[in-house]
Amino acid sequence: MTSQQLTISIDVDTAIRQHGQETYPHECCGALVGRDGVVSAIVALPNTTDEGPRRRFMVRPSDYQLAERRATELGVELLGFYHSHPDHPARPSQYDLDHAWPTFAYIIVAVAGDGAEKSATPGLPRQSANGATASLPGPSAKGATAGDMTVWYLKEDRSRFEEGTLNHGENSHPDPAPAVHG
Amino acid sequence: MAKILIPTPLRPYTDKQDAVDASGATVGELLADLTAKHAGLKAHLYNDQGKLRSFVNIYVNDEDIRYLQKEQTSVKTDDTVSIIPSVAGGAPASVEAAAALPDLTNEEIKRYSRHLIMPEVGVEAQRKLKASKVLCIGAGGLGSPATMYLAAAGVGTLGIVDFDTVDFSNLQRQILHGTPDVGRSKLASAKDKLNAINPNVKVVLHETALTSANALDLFAPYDVILDGTDNFPTRYLVNDACVLLGKPNAYGSIFRFEGQASVFATKDGPCYRCLYPEPPPPGLVPSCAEGGVLGVLPGMIGIVQATEAIKLITGIGEPLIGRFMIYDALKMKFRELKLRKDPDCPVCGTHPTVTKLIDYDQFCGVAPAAPEPVAVNQATEITSVELKKRLDRGDAIKIVDVREPNEYQINRIPGSQLIPLGDIPKRYEELNKNDEIVVQCKSGVRSGKAADFLRSVGFTRVLNLKGGILDWIDKVDPSQPKY
Repeated sequence: MTSQQLTISIDVDTAIRQHGQETYPHECCGALVGRDGVVSAIVALPNTTDEGPRRRFMVRPSDYQLAERRATELGVELLGFYHSHPDHPARPSQYDLDHAWPTFAYIIVAVAGDGAEKSATPGLPRQSANGATASLPGPSAKGATAGDMTVWYLKEDRSRFEEGTLNHGENSHPDPAPAVHG
Repeated sequence: MAKILIPTPLRPYTDKQDAVDASGATVGELLADLTAKHAGLKAHLYNDQGKLRSFVNIYVNDEDIRYLQKEQTSVKTDDTVSIIPSVAGGAPASVEAAAALPDLTNEEIKRYSRHLIMPEVGVEAQRKLKASKVLCIGAGGLGSPATMYLAAAGVGTLGIVDFDTVDFSNLQRQILHGTPDVGRSKLASAKDKLNAINPNVKVVLHETALTSANALDLFAPYDVILDGTDNFPTRYLVNDACVLLGKPNAYGSIFRFEGQASVFATKDGPCYRCLYPEPPPPGLVPSCAEGGVLGVLPGMIGIVQATEAIKLITGIGEPLIGRFMIYDALKMKFRELKLRKDPDCPVCGTHPTVTKLIDYDQFCGVAPAAPEPVAVNQATEITSVELKKRLDRGDAIKIVDVREPNEYQINRIPGSQLIPLGDIPKRYEELNKNDEIVVQCKSGVRSGKAADFLRSVGFTRVLNLKGGILDWIDKVDPSQPKY
């Protein structure tokens, strides 16, 4: 059986990593919108967990609805969600599995702390190939670096996650992935 | 028939439809109809115990059914029911949280095996219990069963606040203490019993009265406070300190044959003041010492409190938050009242007026404990010794015992007439207004009220026996039993 495929643009990849680095040591979360297995944009959402954001994220119902509305506005569909694992591998936890929805793509990005706070060479915004401003993966002001990124799908019987294949495609449009903070 | 809106991830199970009609009068019936028509939905909406999964939110129009009648929420034809996901996840909790939880020794694994084999409890909850700290206010009727079961269950640290000594009259219900403990400090007796049950428990003794000055410091290291107090000033003090510190209060109270329990002062739940903003007028509600209590009653209620403490610590089940349980031992019935957090509550509301601990004796209208009871007008009281002397001298004194008949059966002053306090207003005409009358009860409180009443209806020569029959037995007639 071939694994499920998800394609993300460089900008989407960058935006997810950047979000994870910004919120480090807390988890970040957001929605993936697009069509036919191609993510065209992300919707960054607030982490509203009350169980400690270092190890948990929670997208509350009102933000879920915001993400669905945003997808509709963009003429695409809600494909899934992403979140970060600070100082932990990009593999789903039992907690992820217990709370998973079927059919959604779940992107997990591992973010590792660099130890001491860094201020000398923060991840300055640089011009990317298409002229859009984006922070490239690298040490951020808070001293964290995004590493592995993986995608997962809940198995129909809820018994486990199956890893999908994450492809990197061309940027679908010239603007950077819009990050809407709900 | 109502319309159910289906979120994106569930549409593959509803033939891609984003809205489905289902029939039923309640949310529960609608969802049952929905899952009957679209069987694939069931596993994603409900867990193995048949309960809605925590991340599945059901709204009727714009209201979350958790704040309505849950699955019993009624649905009308033109209502829109929405299934709205919360999306949750996270890195393995084990990295941080589990590292902080203490491991169980082999002895503990054996000891707690009946917990460990239940999937709802298991090793993780047992380790949470071991890490937890519970403070019990009072080592009396409620504190006895509560601390004994909490110790047995494996709560790691058990604090107890008390400053009393064990009295014979405690033994009928305070099962922490036995006959050989009479006269010992309750805390010393409690520690012996609790460590005999489970030596793994760290029993911390706070031999002090709980006051506004020490409550916050005493409570601070603990996770759950268990209120086993028997008076209103301390009850309000415990409540307010719990609210101010954000610590849950496993509450219980008992009187005669009735018990009450709830969980107060959780983050979103009501507190004791949401239910009773003001204390009752002093003297209106008698204490157990005045009104009595069925000995097994605190067993029932103290164990409800211990159960709630364990649920709060381990996160299992549905705690007694926003619910007020009332137990009637005579009828053997449990009732439940719904409680709501009062937005105008003076301590936990949106604009609290109580932001630090106050003088609770004053708040409850109880005179601060003075070493000498208020210097009473000499002409209104008589001592046991004086009464005996005058009776021996042959003075014509009418003694009226205002206790209850069952108390009168235990002991009495020879020649006294029994008229219970509650009957005085309708029976005082049996007495002669010109006689010299000494009213008497167990310790002098009720007879003081009777004396006031008699004077108010024209009796001029009424004296209250100071210290009641207890003082009479101590000073005059030690042959009679005390209670």
